[in-house]
Amino acid sequence: MHYIYCPHCEEYREEEEFHAAGEAHIARPLDPEACTDAEWADFLYFRTNSRGLHHELWVHATGCRKFFNMTRDTVTYEIKEVYKVGEQPQVTADQ
Amino acid sequence: MTQKNRLQSGGRVDRSTPLTFSYNGKQYTGYKGDTVASALLANGVDIIGRSFKYSRPRGIVAAGPEEPNAVLQVGATEATQVPNVRATQQELFNGLVCESTNGWPNADFDVMSYIGKAGGSMLTPGFYYKTFMYPQSMWETYEKFIRKAAGLGRSPLENDPDFYDHLNQHADVMIVGAGPAGLAAALSAGRSGARVILADEQSEFGGSLLNSRELIEGRPATEWVASVVAELSELDNVLLLPRSTVNGYHDHNFLTIHQRLTDHVADKAPAGQARQRMHRVRAKWVVLAAGAHERPLVFGNNDVPGCMVASAVSTYINRYGVAPGQDLVVMTTNDFAYQTALDWADSGRNVVAIVDTRPNPNGDRVAAAEKRGLRVIKGAAVIEVQGSKRVSGVSIASIDAKGDKVVGSVERLSCDTVASSGGWSPVVHLSCHTGSRPEWRDDIIGFVPGKTVQKQLTAGGINGSYSLKACLEEGARQGAEAATNAGFEVAAAAVPAVAEVKEGAAMALFHIPHTKPTSRAPKQFVDFQNDVTAAGIELATREGFESIEHVKRYTAMGFGTDQGKLGNINGMAIAAKSTNRTIPETGTTVFRPNYTPITFGAIAGRHCGERFDPKRYSSMHKWHLENGCTFEDVGQWKRPWYFPKAGESMQDALNRECKATRESVGILDASTLGKIDIQGKDAREFLGRVYTNAWAKLAVGKCRYGLMCGEDGMVFDDGVTSALGENHFIMTTTTGGAARVLEWLELYHQTEWPELEVYFNTVTDQWSTMTISGPNARNLLAELTDDIDLSNDNFKFMDWKEGSVAGVPARVFRISFTGELSYEINVQANYGLYVWEKLFEKGAKYDLTPYGTETMHILRAEKGFIIAGQDTDGSVHPYDLGMGWCVSNKKPFSYIGKRGMAREDCVKPNRKQLVGLKTKDPSVVLPEGAQAVKDPNQPIPMTMLGHVTSSYWSANLNRSIAMGFVRGGLERMGESVFYPLADGRVVEAEICSPIFLDPKGERQNV
Repeated sequence: MHYIYCPHCEEYREEEEFHAAGEAHIARPLDPEACTDAEWADFLYFRTNSRGLHHELWVHATGCRKFFNMTRDTVTYEIKEVYKVGEQPQVTADQ
Repeated sequence: MTQKNRLQSGGRVDRSTPLTFSYNGKQYTGYKGDTVASALLANGVDIIGRSFKYSRPRGIVAAGPEEPNAVLQVGATEATQVPNVRATQQELFNGLVCESTNGWPNADFDVMSYIGKAGGSMLTPGFYYKTFMYPQSMWETYEKFIRKAAGLGRSPLENDPDFYDHLNQHADVMIVGAGPAGLAAALSAGRSGARVILADEQSEFGGSLLNSRELIEGRPATEWVASVVAELSELDNVLLLPRSTVNGYHDHNFLTIHQRLTDHVADKAPAGQARQRMHRVRAKWVVLAAGAHERPLVFGNNDVPGCMVASAVSTYINRYGVAPGQDLVVMTTNDFAYQTALDWADSGRNVVAIVDTRPNPNGDRVAAAEKRGLRVIKGAAVIEVQGSKRVSGVSIASIDAKGDKVVGSVERLSCDTVASSGGWSPVVHLSCHTGSRPEWRDDIIGFVPGKTVQKQLTAGGINGSYSLKACLEEGARQGAEAATNAGFEVAAAAVPAVAEVKEGAAMALFHIPHTKPTSRAPKQFVDFQNDVTAAGIELATREGFESIEHVKRYTAMGFGTDQGKLGNINGMAIAAKSTNRTIPETGTTVFRPNYTPITFGAIAGRHCGERFDPKRYSSMHKWHLENGCTFEDVGQWKRPWYFPKAGESMQDALNRECKATRESVGILDASTLGKIDIQGKDAREFLGRVYTNAWAKLAVGKCRYGLMCGEDGMVFDDGVTSALGENHFIMTTTTGGAARVLEWLELYHQTEWPELEVYFNTVTDQWSTMTISGPNARNLLAELTDDIDLSNDNFKFMDWKEGSVAGVPARVFRISFTGELSYEINVQANYGLYVWEKLFEKGAKYDLTPYGTETMHILRAEKGFIIAGQDTDGSVHPYDLGMGWCVSNKKPFSYIGKRGMAREDCVKPNRKQLVGLKTKDPSVVLPEGAQAVKDPNQPIPMTMLGHVTSSYWSANLNRSIAMGFVRGGLERMGESVFYPLADGRVVEAEICSPIFLDPKGERQNV
């Protein structure tokens, strides 16, 4: 069970209070009507499914109800960082 | 019954406190301080069960959690039955009742053993896969037989009378194991002031020191243990947990500890006490000091009762004052087992011989044994044991230096006990739970914990450090480091003086050769619990199972309640040798939680019965109970389902409720519908983006129905949202969807459109909602309000008004899910019951009839209204539902769902569409889920056109009604479809509009 630092509450809380909401940084296209079906399908369904570093969206569901991002290693489950929505990760796979 | 193997003195048992217990229906006596295993051995009980596959008699081989055979069913009553209890870990108490798990009809005389004897060569690895798989339909029959014969423990048939606890803990330093390393670690860490938890599975702290005669500072080691425990007990920052097995080491230093609070006291916990407790510990740093398990050697008939692990024999002598036999032969690859021979000799019993596989053993203990005059046979091995229900002798022979083959002639020795040692295996299980792979070390001939991402240190036997001095030093150092890392800087506690013992090098030998090839030699057991032999593993590798994980699954090695604690390394070594690989190349299987079996009670804790899941009740629940309501679970809510009167069947009640509502007035408790309060200057814009229809012009005082879709264009929720003010709305959702919808709104607001100024809050619990519906709804409401103008002109359909009802401030919404004149009265939740009762007071003359979800479903189906989640399944868009009227194409913003439902597949013709269905025989009610076909005479598989989603008997229409999906259904009005049912009937139905009643909607507009 993960031990997660909520960047909004600014404290560690148990995973039971959170849940994952899929891959982070999947932006809704600004002009959906301009998307081809393939582009829309890519937005809807296709994810990187990374082995290793992965940027995820989480929500502090039974806490502050706020969403935030997490960089997590999907092999070791190590949480590398958490950061607010709109911010960019400091830890990335290219490093 | 005399305790024939009990020594006159020695051990940590209290001979002044005898305890009686029952094993397999017979009474025995042991002492306080015994385990069931030590008491049985004291009483000379050799056979503890029958083996899984071959049904061979088995005895106790170990003294700890690694015991594979002595797995008992414990419990004096049906309700207190606990299966698969290790006799070596169950402390004795007066009145304990236990029996062998294996053995049918009993352990001493066993039917299966004849099958085992007759079919020995038949029961090869994969036997069950190969034999019992076909025909598949017979598996259930086979399984019952196999289970009965194999004798896995059984669960009780009655409810457990005990209760169990969960406790959340935070620790700066969590120390696993209270042997010399763990105690030394606890001293260092405890003195730092850090919050320390020290847990050990045994009843007392001390670990291996309880079983040995080693000296610390020149005095018995147990005195040092007592002094350390005394100091730790005085420290407020240290929590000592005996009888507590750290069973799981999870992500981010989260550990689960299974503490047995009263299992050593009585069959059932004393009144008011929890039987067991699960500690859920989040630790800053963890020190694993879990020690090591000794490996037995693999040789012919090594499962005959009387064959034991060498250190276990020492434990029974030194800790329990039990010498489990008279004449001992020790076989060893290392120096440690010499101590067992010395302990045996000290207890006044006969050491027949020490058989050492090494040609030139030279450690201090070897010298001590020789000095004592014990016979040491070097460069030799016990290749085979004689005896069936108890060892009667051994065959020994010289072996070559590599231990590959027998080189000399065979000598026979008489004995009744064989203690073997193949060296030690560090208890790396917990370390492996974290995903870390163990690493092989040739110098200690064992796996040690590998690299980890956890904040974890290791000390003592788990590192392959087996000398007492090393254990104490490592423990003190790692305890200090853990505390320092956790922010409590401290130096390592001073290490007490201990004698240093010179160890000779051990020999890497696991499988003792025989004069015959392995396949023909007497059975050489690797995994006792699963009856896996060396020959079986070799056969598995010959059949092509090379990966150790495949060998495990094919042979069943390492399954069962002991999870291969005793046999796995031997099995891996044999698999490695037979595939010409090294052990590290072969690798290990993965250890997963739990370390030892844990009761369901401890896992559940207090989360059972009433506390398993929260129940949610509306304010009117008491009234429902008093009025004979039958409830339906909707999410966590207890919703009224229907209100039967005396003597009524469910259908009778529904017919009455449906008719009363359409003919006069009915009332529904709608409090459970999700209610979300939405405020902010951009609230209206936001609604327009999440609903498919238009919201820009909804005037204050008006209500509107909306459909919510996902980005894929598929409907996921619906409900009515009302404009309370220009920038203030109240949204309703389905009962089950409330939490999901709120999170959905938050998700889009927080991640996609943070620039919109809008706020969401759940107010579901703050309001009680009662819906009165039917031609007399207005008359009834008029009796309870004087400040709301109810006239049709001033309070139109889809309007809402604020006012008072029964003197209570209320919001009244004129919306309808029944198609009748209908008012939804919302009051502050704590007035709900009061207003509800007032409605009934005034409603008597209108025959106000309470109805529940089932009548609600029928009434809405008569009107063709959908229920999201029943008539939708995540694969239908609004047009599929015939609800294109609820989709706006004029909104400037591309709202959620718009692009999705424009995808090629969503706009293609001939999609499955929701239609009404009238059975040709109006008395037949289609089952929901029935599949539609065009031609029932088509050979199977038929072309399926869709399925029924809603189907009811309509008392108002005096016929059955149904809704369902039919491919291209909206274009096929009047056509017939057929529903072949499981019972052979084929029901023909006509496709029609789903609006069965009042198609013009006149009833709700009166």
